[in-house]
Amino acid sequence: MSSLDKETVRKIAFLSRINVSEEGLSELAGDLTRILDFVEELQEVDVEGCDPLTSVADLTLPLRKDEVTDGNIQQKVLANAPMTDAGCFVVPKVVE
Amino acid sequence: MTDLTKLTLADARDGLAKGDFTSVELTEAHIKSMDAHRNLNAYITETPEKAVEMAKASDAKRAKGDAGKMEGLPIAIKDLFCTEGVQTTAASHILEGFKPEYESTVTTNLFNNGAVMLGKANLDEFAMGSSNTSSYYGNVINPWKTADGKDLVPGGSSGGSAAAVAAGMALAATGTDTGGSIRQPASYCGIVGLKPTYGRCSRWGIVAFASSLDQAGPMTKTVRDAAIMLGAMAGHDAKDSTSAPVAVPDFEAALTGDIRGMKIGIPKEYRVDGMPEEINKLWENGIAMLRDAGAEVVDVSLPHTKYALGTYYIVAPAEASSNLARYDGLRYGQRVMEDGDSLDDMYMKSRAAGFGKEVQRRIMIGTYVLSAGYYDAYYNKALKVRRRIYQDFENAFGTVDAILTPTAPSAAFAIGENEDDPVKMYLNDVFTVPASLAGLPGLSVPTGLSSGGLPLGLQLIGKPFDEETVLRVGGVLENAAAFNAKPFGQEG
Repeated sequence: MSSLDKETVRKIAFLSRINVSEEGLSELAGDLTRILDFVEELQEVDVEGCDPLTSVADLTLPLRKDEVTDGNIQQKVLANAPMTDAGCFVVPKVVE
Repeated sequence: MTDLTKLTLADARDGLAKGDFTSVELTEAHIKSMDAHRNLNAYITETPEKAVEMAKASDAKRAKGDAGKMEGLPIAIKDLFCTEGVQTTAASHILEGFKPEYESTVTTNLFNNGAVMLGKANLDEFAMGSSNTSSYYGNVINPWKTADGKDLVPGGSSGGSAAAVAAGMALAATGTDTGGSIRQPASYCGIVGLKPTYGRCSRWGIVAFASSLDQAGPMTKTVRDAAIMLGAMAGHDAKDSTSAPVAVPDFEAALTGDIRGMKIGIPKEYRVDGMPEEINKLWENGIAMLRDAGAEVVDVSLPHTKYALGTYYIVAPAEASSNLARYDGLRYGQRVMEDGDSLDDMYMKSRAAGFGKEVQRRIMIGTYVLSAGYYDAYYNKALKVRRRIYQDFENAFGTVDAILTPTAPSAAFAIGENEDDPVKMYLNDVFTVPASLAGLPGLSVPTGLSSGGLPLGLQLIGKPFDEETVLRVGGVLENAAAFNAKPFGQEG
């Protein structure tokens, strides 16, 4: 039985890059613990010698020629950006 | 004149071909119906002008003797498909105002086949839900009501698509299904829903939730309509590396009505504890119908069924946490930033404001099960159990042609029910999730009513890329059940 405490949830929230309030952390700790309890039953399954199934698609990923197939669509790429400048995305200052 | 919104896709297609009406007339009748049923909140964005324009173009195309498989037929598009120049939200605040610069492959295929888009249908936020109560743009209301007139959920996540079809606001609709999101709402709204085999339809341009599970499919009034529409959606696409390079058969030709000698499996593990008697009865009736039609009914065992939901609620959130990392307030969508904020502050504020509660929960569960120290215990373990579930089906399909189960453990429930505990909501998908994990085609067909007068569906699961058998058996079930109940206001 795994129970998540507030500090663990704070850490997960940061890894997820989601701001969570103090009350939110407690509520999430309860919700996430319930979900983890629910999936706990998997531990009883015998998976000895069983490979993980990452995809049901029964195919090897196709390769294509390594060449440029599109491009010159700067305006389209930037069309939905909340903030742009001189043809670039704008982020907050990251270097002091 | 007949009410054009009550036609099936097949009838409308044939009526257009005979010249009984035009696509513009058909489209305008549906736009009127959208106005009349706006209280159901089935659409996030309505595109009536675009629809009429597309219908005019279609009529002109037909006049030149050129008609596609869905020529002139007005449909709803789940708001998870990117549509060029038309807002695509995934029912999330974070994508509010997002207008894709490109068209998804499935909608491209549909439009190339002549389909007309009426608008973008509401859904659970990022397709995460079974009730359509997690949309930022409000709940969708099921056109079916309780006997005393109470509002019900349409199911989810393709709840807007299901409600639109059931209420005659679209001839058909696209849905997507990750763990039951086409089949469960189809059952709740009394329509047909088909989740094709993983890889049958391209995922390119569909807002990603869980990439190893997501699959697009048709939501329609009849099994024949599902066959027609799937044929217009499917096909190999080089832009989706998991799209299968297989030919698209004539699905409609599979509806021969003859299932004599076919073997239908009944998995005993689906008789879950606490299953309502009326669901059991529905299932028994379905079994009898297939037996009467000449099929051989055999018991099969899918021993890992009880672990499917647990597996799903590790695998799907894990993939979601990775897929939804792209919403960074930077390249598209909502940004929340104040003076002096760092890059991390911007990410964290934008994502906190942009994502709803259930989406946040799933991102965090996914992040946790993928994090160092837990990856093997949760994620890798779930992938191994997923193989067990896959093998269960492989074994069963060694002896049977299709498997019959209920679609959902209940009829549509009241809005607000099952909201107190996330796990309670997850249980709605108990019968649909296993086929999703195995990538198999699943079809929900309405076959009866609950004691409260609400529609209930049965599910047919087939072998990989054998939608034809699923549709053939589904057609027989549909005929035998003769389900013709309609929600209030849609009778006659």
